[in-house]
Amino acid sequence: MERTTISTSRDTASNPTLVPARQIKMLARHPNLLAFGVLAIILALLPFVLGNNYQISVLNFIGLNTILTVGLALLMGYAGQVSLGQAVFYGLGGYGAGILAQRTGLPPFATIVGAAIITGLIALLLGIPLLRLRGHYLAVATLGLNVIFLLIATNETDLTGGPNGLVMPTDLMLGNFVFDTDLEFYFLIWLVTLAILALSLNIVNSRIGRAFRAIHSSEIAAETLGVNTARLKLQVLVLSAVYASIAGSLYAYWIGIVSPSDFSITFSIELVVMVAIGGLASVWGAIFGAAAVTLLIELLRNFLPQLLRGASGEQQIVAFGVILVVIMVLMPEGLTTGTLKYIRKWREKNQVNSQQ
Amino acid sequence: MSPDQLFQLLIAGLTIGSIYALIALGFVVIHNVTGVINLAQGEFAMLGALIAITLTSETPLFHRAFTVNWNLPLFIGIVLATLLVMGVGALVYWIVVRAPRTDSVIIQIIITIGIAITLRGIALITWGTDPFRLPEFSAGPPIQIGSAVLTRQDLWVIGSAFALMALLYLFFQHTFIGTSLRACAVNRTAARLMGINVSYMMLLAFVLSAGIGALAGIVIAPKTFMGYDTGTYLGLKGFVAAIVIGGLSDERGAIVGGLLLGVLEIFAAALISSGYKDAIAFLVLIAVLFVQTTGILRRGAKREAAGV
Repeated sequence: MERTTISTSRDTASNPTLVPARQIKMLARHPNLLAFGVLAIILALLPFVLGNNYQISVLNFIGLNTILTVGLALLMGYAGQVSLGQAVFYGLGGYGAGILAQRTGLPPFATIVGAAIITGLIALLLGIPLLRLRGHYLAVATLGLNVIFLLIATNETDLTGGPNGLVMPTDLMLGNFVFDTDLEFYFLIWLVTLAILALSLNIVNSRIGRAFRAIHSSEIAAETLGVNTARLKLQVLVLSAVYASIAGSLYAYWIGIVSPSDFSITFSIELVVMVAIGGLASVWGAIFGAAAVTLLIELLRNFLPQLLRGASGEQQIVAFGVILVVIMVLMPEGLTTGTLKYIRKWREKNQVNSQQ
Repeated sequence: MSPDQLFQLLIAGLTIGSIYALIALGFVVIHNVTGVINLAQGEFAMLGALIAITLTSETPLFHRAFTVNWNLPLFIGIVLATLLVMGVGALVYWIVVRAPRTDSVIIQIIITIGIAITLRGIALITWGTDPFRLPEFSAGPPIQIGSAVLTRQDLWVIGSAFALMALLYLFFQHTFIGTSLRACAVNRTAARLMGINVSYMMLLAFVLSAGIGALAGIVIAPKTFMGYDTGTYLGLKGFVAAIVIGGLSDERGAIVGGLLLGVLEIFAAALISSGYKDAIAFLVLIAVLFVQTTGILRRGAKREAAGV
């Protein structure tokens, strides 16, 4: 405490223009804060650069997928638990908000909170037995949950609307303000996404985050150091479920209808792919993975037909599969770390060449 | 429910169950020898069936751009299709095990997901969304047992599945290569120290599993329509069967798991509701896992404890 006061007073004395410099220094010391600020500014400006609704709606999907992927990255990368059923919690958020709005007449934002609480409780109840399972067993059990969830959503027509889906009974409203354009949802979705990113970065850099990393490298070692691994894993599962639920509710209000096909096993697997491409155990990787995969799917849909005459949905699937395999084969650490590694190698090579 | 009805359901369950068992066996062989869970296992079955159908009967391909009519004899078609899929298996081995710059099993599993997506896409381009069917292997009236009916294809499915399992048992227990494969499953490092070429054994495991998968798809093809996406569903069921009893590392567990899953599914569909047929199978799976977290036989737990 004393030391800091001394150093600041000395710095201010020697350099009058120090205040902004010190802020820059602070930002440099906190790269997360800097990146976060840059991201927020870009996101605020983006809608003015991009004109059309289609581009905005793609960005909305990136935002929703980021919320889902951040939660899954915490679960997979930090707590080391692979879930092949994350779409279940996404679906609980979507259906939950819809059913609550339909049956209770709660205001829309309250249904989002209500669905998140219910989803969190369900995750808690499921998690107690689920997290006793490890590795493959957890993966197959979560996969099974996804199958069961889809069947309930398809068969319980009275509650869920069956295969045709559940039409949201009301628009999303805050007071008198009605969210009914893609752009309005853009700001809402990304505000929530940024809040969740900030929360997650804080968690990762806190004592709990360090405990997670300890669990990831060795569960036994973490236990011997007094980390309650079972409780922490359960907490991160509930957290990721609540994230997913919020994303699901926002999706439901934005699109206006949810149906079983929105929460398929394919989507659960796509989320795992987003986490892997972003790089396991990285909050920033999660947003990058979500953006990369969402954009890739959209790009393939739009540009493949132009590149390849007569290309259709079928070629997109093949291209997506091949690109996924190539990325994972060449950059198993994920695109972010992988690209950095390649750049570093290339630079080293150049330096060696120039020295010769 | 009369005994005849019970018997009828049992036969139906064992028929689909033996297919699940074969696919589960493929999962176990690859997992034991390489440590990888090959999520493209169901796609081997789909490819085997569709290639066999193309070789033996008139099939429109590439959006009916052209129709092939090779009409090979069924037996030759089956052998060729199986060999082709085994070739695909070798390619999958190279992409999953040799090419990646990592040993991470999670990444290898994600690569198999990518391969599954690619194979499904290729099948969609080649055969479109139409479902196809193979003719029954032998013509003739179904066999009556009491008032229960056993079709000839049921016999073919159950018979060839068990014949294949018996052959595999002999191969693993009584041949030098089979013993080497088992050695790799017990401890790869020790196997390498004993002079076993582990890479070659891994390749063999993939080729063998691809062959088993292809045959499973082919024998069930006369009983159910096969399309580009049938493999996914067969693969999921096989995965569950492989894990639930033997914990992905026991061949006998996989076979018992497959048969049980088939019987359970058919009974659940008949007695409770066909809409929740799949849910019941998965509920049982989850219930089993909650009671016994490493599969019923617990060999998985022992292997984990031994650090293998």
